[in-house]
Amino acid sequence: MVILFGLFLLTLLVLTAVAIVRTPNLFVAVMLMAIFSLLMAANFFILDAADVALTEAAVGAGVTTVIFLSALALTADRERVTKTGTYFAMGVVSVTVVVLIYATFDKPVLGDPNAPVHQHVAPWYLEQTPELIDIPNVVTAVLGSFRGYDTLGEVFVVLVACIGVQFILGASPPPQAPRGQDEQGLRHHLVPQVVGRLLFPFIILFGLYVQFHGEYGPGGGFQAGAIIATGLILHALLEGESAALKAIPPNTLLAMVAGGALLYTLVGVLGIVLGGNFLDYSVLHSNPVTGQQIGILMIEAGVGITVCGALLSIFHAFAVRD
Amino acid sequence: MSIAIDALSWLLLIGGGLVVLIGGIGALRMPDFYTRMHAASLTDSMGSIFILAGVMLQAGLSLAAVKLATILIFLLLTGPTATYALANAAFVSGLRPKASPVKPAGDG
Amino acid sequence: MFLSASLAILVTMVLALIRALRGPTVYDRVLAVNMFGTKTALLLSVVAFLYGRPDFLDLALAYALINFVGVLAVLEFFQKQSAKPEAGEAQDVDRH
Repeated sequence: MVILFGLFLLTLLVLTAVAIVRTPNLFVAVMLMAIFSLLMAANFFILDAADVALTEAAVGAGVTTVIFLSALALTADRERVTKTGTYFAMGVVSVTVVVLIYATFDKPVLGDPNAPVHQHVAPWYLEQTPELIDIPNVVTAVLGSFRGYDTLGEVFVVLVACIGVQFILGASPPPQAPRGQDEQGLRHHLVPQVVGRLLFPFIILFGLYVQFHGEYGPGGGFQAGAIIATGLILHALLEGESAALKAIPPNTLLAMVAGGALLYTLVGVLGIVLGGNFLDYSVLHSNPVTGQQIGILMIEAGVGITVCGALLSIFHAFAVRD
Repeated sequence: MSIAIDALSWLLLIGGGLVVLIGGIGALRMPDFYTRMHAASLTDSMGSIFILAGVMLQAGLSLAAVKLATILIFLLLTGPTATYALANAAFVSGLRPKASPVKPAGDG
Repeated sequence: MFLSASLAILVTMVLALIRALRGPTVYDRVLAVNMFGTKTALLLSVVAFLYGRPDFLDLALAYALINFVGVLAVLEFFQKQSAKPEAGEAQDVDRH
């Protein structure tokens, strides 16, 4: 049944992807991207990958649509149709597809217990997590502790992406011409105002729950950062851009982006100072298991702060320009 | 007692499935945007209530039931808000409802 | 019985997808996306019980909470577009 559900959703996914490529209207493409993200999250969920599904949900449900629309407001909403080189591109894509399909014949079938990925380090992680870290969610243990270096790298990827967007869009200060209604955001729409203000604290609360519950259920810093960023973007949409920037100034956002990555790195350095290895949390406490838990909690906080700050500053970089 | 609860929950689940399906068909078949929106909002309100209530009865008194109730409350709050925002966006941009009921479908 | 409810939701998702692909106006597509979002939240909560994993309900909760932010962004987008002088022609109707 899992296979049937998965195949069904994957078919819809392919249909949506083809439609995204074929439409010349970029607004339509943005809307179809939202459906693509929803299908992707459902797919991950069906395959029992709740952490990944929650990531896709947190990012895809609000943030990507909002940022795409802000980008679209800066440009034309129709794709320029180019005729040259389409046959060559078709040829390259077709050959790649054939090669990739041929390569999948070597892969183990879905859920095969003898697949290499289940033979290599995964059993060790599953066995050692209760003993060494003692938290129920193995995914968090792997991401935070066993593979802490990878996650550190990902945090710096987010940091670099944010710096890149700031370089391109934040270079010149936005024009300060007084603008009428659009500066107000959605302030004169009563229904979104009331519901948005009602839901805003719950979104932040849910984000904090995902942040600190990540050791016990699906969740963690990345998802929490995206959810809290969505809540703050909701505030920016409702109250207008200037009110949002007054609440959290751009400098604070940049400090969050850098500070989260710094916090992560400092936890690693603290491990060295206390006599362990880089990102070895066992030395943070007299009981190594408690030390691991403290370390994971701190680095997850760093991840959350960086992701939240990066998403918000990217959103503002687009939004102040239109 | 448990049989009664089971029967009620199956009834709610099947009813919710039917409502969702009818709303989906309506969203596909109705003649213009505003009528399609009407059909789609049916799946958001009534479909969510029936299906989540049915699942809640199966969950019994547990954390899952509380979470389902929260999901239901939030869906009931956000669904109409989204519908309002969308209808307002369409109206502001100059899309008007079709007054005549006999025009052909889908020529928006 | 969870299965029949989830099948009904899946079929409705297909119907919404058809509406999203056919248009004809961009608002129909936004409507379809919004419908797809709530249907995903419902599907996730039903499937969580179908598979007996009620602790995965957080996902449906995430969608229920933040899925409408996208539609609010659409409203703001069109509001800005209609405030601009060249309002409304390009994005008004998408005819194929």
